[in-house]
Amino acid sequence: MIPLSHYLIVSAVLFAIGTAGVFLRRNLITILLSIEIMLNAVNLTFVAFGRYAGNLDGQIITFFVMTVAAAEAAVGLALVIALFRHRESLNPDTFTSLKW
Amino acid sequence: MPETVVFYAFAALAIGASALVIGQRNPMYSVLLLIASFGALSGLYIQLDAPFVAVAQIIIYAGAIMVLFLFVVMLLNAPREDAAEWDRSHPLAHPGIGRFGALLATLLIVQLVWALAKVTELNTPVASRSDAATVGSVLEMGRVLFTRHTFAFEATSVLILVAMVGAVVLARREVSEQ
Repeated sequence: MIPLSHYLIVSAVLFAIGTAGVFLRRNLITILLSIEIMLNAVNLTFVAFGRYAGNLDGQIITFFVMTVAAAEAAVGLALVIALFRHRESLNPDTFTSLKW
Repeated sequence: MPETVVFYAFAALAIGASALVIGQRNPMYSVLLLIASFGALSGLYIQLDAPFVAVAQIIIYAGAIMVLFLFVVMLLNAPREDAAEWDRSHPLAHPGIGRFGALLATLLIVQLVWALAKVTELNTPVASRSDAATVGSVLEMGRVLFTRHTFAFEATSVLILVAMVGAVVLARREVSEQ
């Protein structure tokens, strides 16, 4: 059996990649994708801990995280579409004023 | 040991594909690479005796959410030619700041790996000592989901309703009222 720490390290590296993507990318869609990477890293932690602790709660909460991710993707992409309609751009630096 | 080989293959695929996701300028390639990353993660879930989560990962994430992303990328016909210009105008594009940030990120990864490699308490799963059958059982999972976690399950339906209404309101085109 693979030790638990291996799964935790994979999850930590994935989360770090997602965080780097949010900070480094200049494209709203890629930023949303980086948030999905982070949510998946957390899911992996939940499932791994649930497996090694011997109960099902880790898998159950993974479903709730997936639901939240779906809701976040729907609302986030709706925001991206609304913003793109206003400015014809996906660069987050163009959306710096609250009222236009 | 085939189990170890499979684990490292899936882990390397997940990390490599995720790293390429944030390395691409074209969002279309990013979305497709993220689907590969999710597939590798679902392989890890199967290794963790969570077959239902693995299948849901493929169907919901790679099937539904990523198709939604692809749909929006194609709908917006996302401009990629000025992406290089955006990167040059990045507020963190100064080389000194970049090197300092890279140093901090490397330190963070080293620290995380060092700390997590010392986790040894749960190296053998608890379930394999008592009842190994229940962890991977979909029947047991449905029972727990609809008894102990009923409230969270019902609250999720409200969340989805709110997200649906929010998406419709936000993405709606303004019509002139007359």
